[in-house]
Amino acid sequence: MAAVQDGPMELDTEKETKPEILSDGTSKLSGNTASGTLSSSPLTAGGAPKQEDQQTLIAVLQFLRRNKLSESVEILRREAGLEDQEDSQTLDGSGGGKGDRDGGEANSLLSRVSITSAAAPQSTLTPITVKRANEQLDVSVVLSAYSQQGDPSLYQVYYSGLKNFIESVLDCHRAELSQLFYPLFVHMYLELVYNNHENEAKAFFEKFGGDQECYYQDDLRVLCGLTKKEHLKGNEVLLDFRTSRFVLRISRDSYQLLKRHLQERHNNQIWNIIQEHLYIDIFDGMPRSKSQIDSMSGSFAGEARREVNKVKVFHGLLKEPEIEVPLDDEEDEAENEEGKPKKKKTKKDSMGSKSKKQDPNAPQQNRIPLPELKDSDKLDKIMYMKESTKRIRLGPENLPSICFYSFLNAYQGLTAVDFTDDSSLLAGGFADSTVRIWSVTPKKLRKVKSAGELNLIDKESDDVLERIMDEKTASESKILCGHSGPVYSVSFSPDRNYLLSSSEDGTVRLWSLQTFTCLVGYKGHNYPVWDTHFSPFGYYFVSGGHDRVARLWATDHYQPLRIFAGHLADVTCTRFHPNSNYVATGSTDRTIRLWDVLNGNCVRIFTGHKGPVHSLAFSPNGKFLASGSTDGRVLLWDIGHGLMIGELKGHTDTIYALKFSRDGEILASGSMDNTVRLWDSTKAFDDVETDDFTAATGHIHLPDNSQELLLGTYHSKSTPVTHLHFTRRNLLLAAGGYSSQ
Amino acid sequence: MAEERRQKLCSVILPTESMKAMAESVGVGSLQEDSCLALSEEVSYRIKEIAQDALKFMHHGKRRKLTTGDIDHALKLKNVEPLYGFQSQEFIPFRFASGGGRELHFYEEKEVDLSDIINTPLPRVPLDVSLKAHWLSIDGVQPAIPENPPPVPKEQQKTDSTEPLKAVKPGQEEEGSIQTKGQGASSAEVKGKEKMRMKPRSTHELSVEQQLYYKEITEACVGSCEAKRAVCVCVCSQGPKFKEFCLALFIRCNIMNSKYTTKHLLFPLHELIPAVVTCIVSKQLCLRPDVDNHWALRDFAARLMAQSCKTFSTTTNNIQSRITKTFTKALLDDKTQWTTRYGCIAGLAELGHDVIKTLIIPRLSVEGARIKAVMDGPVVSNIDKIGADHVQSLLLKHCASVVAKTRPLPDMVDQYKVDYGYLGTMLCSHVVKARAQAAFQAQTVNRTTLTITQPRPTLSVSQSGLSTSSGSRAPSIIKVPSSLTLMSTRPGTPTQPSPPATKYIVMATSAGAASTQQVITLSSSQSGSPVTSTVPSTPTSLQPLVKLESGNTGAVSGSRPLQKYIVVSLPSSSSSLENKSSSVLPSSTSPISMESAVKLERSESPAANTQSH
Repeated sequence: MAAVQDGPMELDTEKETKPEILSDGTSKLSGNTASGTLSSSPLTAGGAPKQEDQQTLIAVLQFLRRNKLSESVEILRREAGLEDQEDSQTLDGSGGGKGDRDGGEANSLLSRVSITSAAAPQSTLTPITVKRANEQLDVSVVLSAYSQQGDPSLYQVYYSGLKNFIESVLDCHRAELSQLFYPLFVHMYLELVYNNHENEAKAFFEKFGGDQECYYQDDLRVLCGLTKKEHLKGNEVLLDFRTSRFVLRISRDSYQLLKRHLQERHNNQIWNIIQEHLYIDIFDGMPRSKSQIDSMSGSFAGEARREVNKVKVFHGLLKEPEIEVPLDDEEDEAENEEGKPKKKKTKKDSMGSKSKKQDPNAPQQNRIPLPELKDSDKLDKIMYMKESTKRIRLGPENLPSICFYSFLNAYQGLTAVDFTDDSSLLAGGFADSTVRIWSVTPKKLRKVKSAGELNLIDKESDDVLERIMDEKTASESKILCGHSGPVYSVSFSPDRNYLLSSSEDGTVRLWSLQTFTCLVGYKGHNYPVWDTHFSPFGYYFVSGGHDRVARLWATDHYQPLRIFAGHLADVTCTRFHPNSNYVATGSTDRTIRLWDVLNGNCVRIFTGHKGPVHSLAFSPNGKFLASGSTDGRVLLWDIGHGLMIGELKGHTDTIYALKFSRDGEILASGSMDNTVRLWDSTKAFDDVETDDFTAATGHIHLPDNSQELLLGTYHSKSTPVTHLHFTRRNLLLAAGGYSSQ
Repeated sequence: MAEERRQKLCSVILPTESMKAMAESVGVGSLQEDSCLALSEEVSYRIKEIAQDALKFMHHGKRRKLTTGDIDHALKLKNVEPLYGFQSQEFIPFRFASGGGRELHFYEEKEVDLSDIINTPLPRVPLDVSLKAHWLSIDGVQPAIPENPPPVPKEQQKTDSTEPLKAVKPGQEEEGSIQTKGQGASSAEVKGKEKMRMKPRSTHELSVEQQLYYKEITEACVGSCEAKRAVCVCVCSQGPKFKEFCLALFIRCNIMNSKYTTKHLLFPLHELIPAVVTCIVSKQLCLRPDVDNHWALRDFAARLMAQSCKTFSTTTNNIQSRITKTFTKALLDDKTQWTTRYGCIAGLAELGHDVIKTLIIPRLSVEGARIKAVMDGPVVSNIDKIGADHVQSLLLKHCASVVAKTRPLPDMVDQYKVDYGYLGTMLCSHVVKARAQAAFQAQTVNRTTLTITQPRPTLSVSQSGLSTSSGSRAPSIIKVPSSLTLMSTRPGTPTQPSPPATKYIVMATSAGAASTQQVITLSSSQSGSPVTSTVPSTPTSLQPLVKLESGNTGAVSGSRPLQKYIVVSLPSSSSSLENKSSSVLPSSTSPISMESAVKLERSESPAANTQSH
């Protein structure tokens, strides 16, 4: 088992920052900011022994020189030791500094995590990061691939020639080969644009733009605005399209057919594009049907390569910590509250005994360091178990009741909602940069007294926890001010002591729910942070934003522990796996990625959405993932096999909220179309027949059974559903801002 | 289609004139055409780019509308300074100007006098965000509460209420399938026709005490003593024991006027409505349907229904369209009895002109053919004939006024025949009369200050055994100031088929004093005792009831010049339209009795003042 490292993560950070700077610099819009960022952050990069890294360094140096940042050049030169310095030296520099800082802010939480931080250098870098860094070495280099070209007037001929060919082949191959249309179209168009054949490009677009699949509409819209070479430079979307090879999955037979055709016709232009810009994943076996292809395509860069999803994912749950549950909970409730459960006779709770058996798919308990349970956490666990015995067993015959919390007078400003796990608190993020917290129980929200007053309290008294609260501040809701832009997500910590909020201003803030003040502002995303989510065990959290990366943080580190880079567009939503070892991110590039928290690797890429993914939910057993997007569909994924296993159609607008019931039997989805829908997830998961073949190839026949799986549709009165939450007893809570029209 | 749109998208660039205008605004005088073109392309591209980014902010803000704030944030992403001044969320006040062959949209920034701002009172502070919880679903069922949207979407409700026939069809199928399964009894109340057929008539065994109690209450209710009635209402609403027959009692009795329904709301709607609907559409309401005047009860119940619809129908319970659906469905059924048919038409007609227009008039020809079959065909049974006759007159009565309003002139009999079939001829004459009446009324309106519509709540049903037995009570009923009694000169016998009861509304106006409105029913089936109901009211409370309608007003001057009586004959259940519109004093029996009645009243009124409301 590898240990958690701080040093290498620093490297990741730098790597990630560089490409951004590069692209910004060349787009001539933000040269100043870029250099500011660069000089302000201590350079700790370099040191990785790989050849690519040296290239990266050189590229950075070139960039700095060009921008006349001679001081930075010097520093970088010195720190990196240039060319042939050994990595040990650099690590001394960077690792040492890191150590000091760690020492300075060392506390109990940190020690849990970075016990091994002084260990030997670890050179496992996230491969994707490295690749990105390379690919974006220089925009002109990237684009120069387009310079070689044929006669621009013949492009239409080439394309229509291929089109005629594909339309004439056998049906079984046609569907597969049709996948070529879109990437070829884009690349040919970009080539035309790059080589300043504006009119030809426009004509080409007009002629063939309408042939493309409807789910590429959004990209085509971007594309059609782009008619000049200069436009290409600043456009990240197109740059990504160019740098990441579009992945197609085609059966061997179809591929041979295509190859033969292109060779016969000497259609080199298209063949070059296929060779250079496309990645064709050839498989043996039956060609896929149109519906099979359609269900998987739609992502920004084609389907996921098969080998990407082969890594083993430990999707099982961690063993529940053994907490002795008092037997006579009814009678001795009062005493339990006092925190002396151990004196009582104990019984093995059913949940506890189940978790005795180690789930074969579960990660090792200490695969990533998790915070130790505090006494208050244990009490909470006990409460949780008690509640779960009273839980309603849901099913198709037994639908949950839904309680809807409408935010009135929010003037369309409600952007995010979260409930605490015990459903006692509700937080709302608003477009006016505030975060508000409500108590939805009769218990009011109280601040801790000021330091001076706290001094006067008798610390030995039994009710000291009660005494430290300031009764004068009791109110039903509190406002947290601090952000300087709309708040896009809020997330409670599992212990209800903290709240996270992410905002347009590029920060994630950690708030204390004891004092109702801001504790930390985590700066790292320089662009809007779309989502943030606390780990189910607390301490860690993940955030994702417009800078196209997701970051893993620990509450006591002001810099991220991991950077998950790989998405080709904004990271719109982030969720922790129930065992906290993985993080799922959804993106505007219409893919979902699963990342390993331990080493930062991307272990799953799910494609199939036709619009930006805006909501994610893990099933409570950790085996499945549900995702909702702007196209109004919910997709279900088997994490272990890396397969799509279901498609739930019914919503007519963006799905912003997804949640499994506590037992995982019902999936609730909430959408902009003002409805909450309930789906039979048990049936959805059972219906899938996964034989070895489908598991091996990933070609799945999706049963079109959305209507059978839909258990209920509940309309609200012009209130979009922003958040859904199942209480511990399986009551469904929904929340949204009422918009009067 | 998509191609077209994209083509448009592709070619949309800002006009070069805009570039020139913008250049001028920053002091660049002459801009070459080429530079303009290059600039406009560049600017268009950047604007598109920004718009695309702004969309992201809209999505994450969970909105459907792009705001100026989103654009600002998108500009910030690009490191461009946001636009200052566009803070409007909704409305962006661009102004248009043209001149010198150029057109321009611009944002007008007015000079603002600071002192004005300082001196204006502060605007109201917007309401703070608040949280409200409600049940969206309870065990999988969405409760019908105001917080939830109506069970049927508004568009659906609209089509339901205008074209219930469409909505009925699937319902019928569904019902059929349910019935084959033998679960018909559990089907909703709305599909009440079938259900009623199945439901056995329940008999209540009453003890002697209960019978006495019942009798007392009935008398109190039927009587005109307001105080007694109020007590009665109170008692009944508290004691659930007699709920069922009290309900029936209240409907039969004249008591259910608007005042009581709104004030006391004796019974929950779901208990009230089935009973009322029963009174409207039941096949048989009394023991001798050929003789007894159950039509009046149907009329009254229909009016009550319409009134409840107006009062209680909301988008959540959707009473009106459900009722409409029920009626229409029964009306569509070929096997529906004449009695039920009559009830359905009455029920629909009472719901207003629009309902008549959309639902009844299109069916006129069909109904006409049916009536013709009964009238001209072989004599089947007396009951059918009476039924058909009633339906015919009802149809004519309600449709004529609507047709008169909607149909353009001229009224050609042939055309009417083509349009409405068998009933066309009669309808035509009715319409002509209605028009004439309206024209006449237009003149009289100028003169008379008081006009009367059909007062919805006032109607009396005369065939109940109770009132027959209390014939001697007739004079004592009249205890209200300046009330009138109209005595029928021709006592009828119960065994004879009763001619339709004729009603008169007598308005007394006494120089600005409180006016009294009163309805008197003359029924020859009674042993000479008309049941009189009075609605004493002050002008204010009377106001909503008094509306000008295409009714017929005439004036009969009383003996004293101070008081003026306007006697209006109401189209009662069965009075034909000819009666209604032909003359000032319509009924053949009335001219003599009217005068005598007026006199009678004169003498009695002073004594009756005590009980005034």
